[in-house]
Amino acid sequence: MRGLRRRGLAQRAAFSVMWLAAAASVAAMLLVVAYVVVQGFPELSWEFFTTSPRGGLSGEGGISSTILATIYLVVCTLVVATPLGVGAGICLVEYADHSRSPAARRLVALARFGVETLAGVPSIIFGLFGYALFVTAMHFGFSILSAALAGACLVIPVVIRTTEEALKSVPQSYREASLAMGATRWETIRKVVLPSAVTGIATGLILSAGRIVSETAVFYVTLGGSYRTPTSIMSSGRTMALHVYYLAMETRAFDKAMATGAVLVVLIIVINLVINLISRRLSAGTGRR
Amino acid sequence: MSEPRMRTRDFSLFYGEFRALNRVSIDIPENRITAIIGPSGCGKSTFLRSLNRMNELIPGVRTEGSVMLDGEDIFRKNVVELRKKIGMVFQRPNPFPKSIFENVAYGPRIHGVRDRTRLAAIVESSLKASALWDEVRDDLGRSGLALSGGQQQRLCIARALAVEPEVILMDEPASALDPVATLKIEELMEQLKRDYTIVIVTHNMQQAARVSDFTAFMLTDEARAGNLVEFGPTREIFTTPVDRRTEDYISGRFG
Repeated sequence: MRGLRRRGLAQRAAFSVMWLAAAASVAAMLLVVAYVVVQGFPELSWEFFTTSPRGGLSGEGGISSTILATIYLVVCTLVVATPLGVGAGICLVEYADHSRSPAARRLVALARFGVETLAGVPSIIFGLFGYALFVTAMHFGFSILSAALAGACLVIPVVIRTTEEALKSVPQSYREASLAMGATRWETIRKVVLPSAVTGIATGLILSAGRIVSETAVFYVTLGGSYRTPTSIMSSGRTMALHVYYLAMETRAFDKAMATGAVLVVLIIVINLVINLISRRLSAGTGRR
Repeated sequence: MSEPRMRTRDFSLFYGEFRALNRVSIDIPENRITAIIGPSGCGKSTFLRSLNRMNELIPGVRTEGSVMLDGEDIFRKNVVELRKKIGMVFQRPNPFPKSIFENVAYGPRIHGVRDRTRLAAIVESSLKASALWDEVRDDLGRSGLALSGGQQQRLCIARALAVEPEVILMDEPASALDPVATLKIEELMEQLKRDYTIVIVTHNMQQAARVSDFTAFMLTDEARAGNLVEFGPTREIFTTPVDRRTEDYISGRFG
């Protein structure tokens, strides 16, 4: 009986430690968010959102141009990354895995390894690559185009992996049913597999959008950092995250940096909530199987 | 017996080096139910899935011998055309996560039917043929996944029928269902055989005895390859089997 009691105690001790760890990490996260929001809040106003930064050392002005640059960049990046990433994911799961040729299978293994590796590469490396290739060699200059291409390189591994996961979660029995009725593989993918996987794929795209919003290193060396409102994809610009960086490093407007940071944090929270919502709907949708 | 609808001769199937089926020869007669029975792992499902070339989805599969449909080698036919003629119902009901209507309309759409009224007519006749129409006619927009297991399986049968196949392959279609739903499927098969040639794999010997006209008994040999032991009219297989192993199996001495 004493053994039983001791085991109960051990369990309670272990659970207490785990609860403490969980509480500490939640508290740390809340502290960061609260600090940024509280510090930044006094600066937030309608003007802050609707005027451009004035530039210079003062750091005066709002963030309207950086909001626009962020939106442009997210859209342009996803326009590039979505077809490539989703296409590659489909290719890997739906075609290559079924290939009979050993050479193709080796190529797929290599591609998977590449994707895994790219996902772990520090983002500044993508920035340097983008600078060398898009900004310099291809003469796109510091522009939304260069940044979007470099950003696409950064998020394509994410898109590929979430697409792969989404496709793999589609029951094989759906594919069999479709093929057994005389559908081709492509018809099966387009009409049965993709509709079932679309929420999972969307999650990956939103995740990528969040990544672009919060990324600085890649865009520091490809986007140029102009505080003016971008007018075309060849314009230079700065995203909100970059703006925080510039404000903090090159001006004395620490309060403005905090205010921009607060907007960013809230935006990221909203993006994550959307992802949660989608994946909850996703699991509700497949719950019957 | 008239010309068989399908005929296999010395048909063997390999997964890489492993021989899973060993020289199976069966004649599948038209408008009859042919049951394939045998213990787990005897290759009966593999054999069934060879008849519409579903095994080709598995990398490393190789075949020898012949499978004929109406005297034509199925391996020389276009696989899309072949599967249009030979429908399949699977062990677990697998409706698409779409509405009942869209589930049944899927096949006809794939094969080029666009006209909405024609699609509706096909959906209705297919659901009637699978004895599901009366239960779902009021709400064809409901998700196929919202139906009960037995209803789902009849939906899958309707979906297969909508393509207007000539042969229907059923891979243990009732094994995931309760007795009442099973009975419904069996009654349905009885009706369907007027218009279709049916091949059913089942591990349930009573089911084979109840529904089938012909029975093939399969068993693995020492090398674990599936062999056909005996094939004939169901009544003869179950009352006067020629092979000792068939007798042992149907009398429940193993399996």
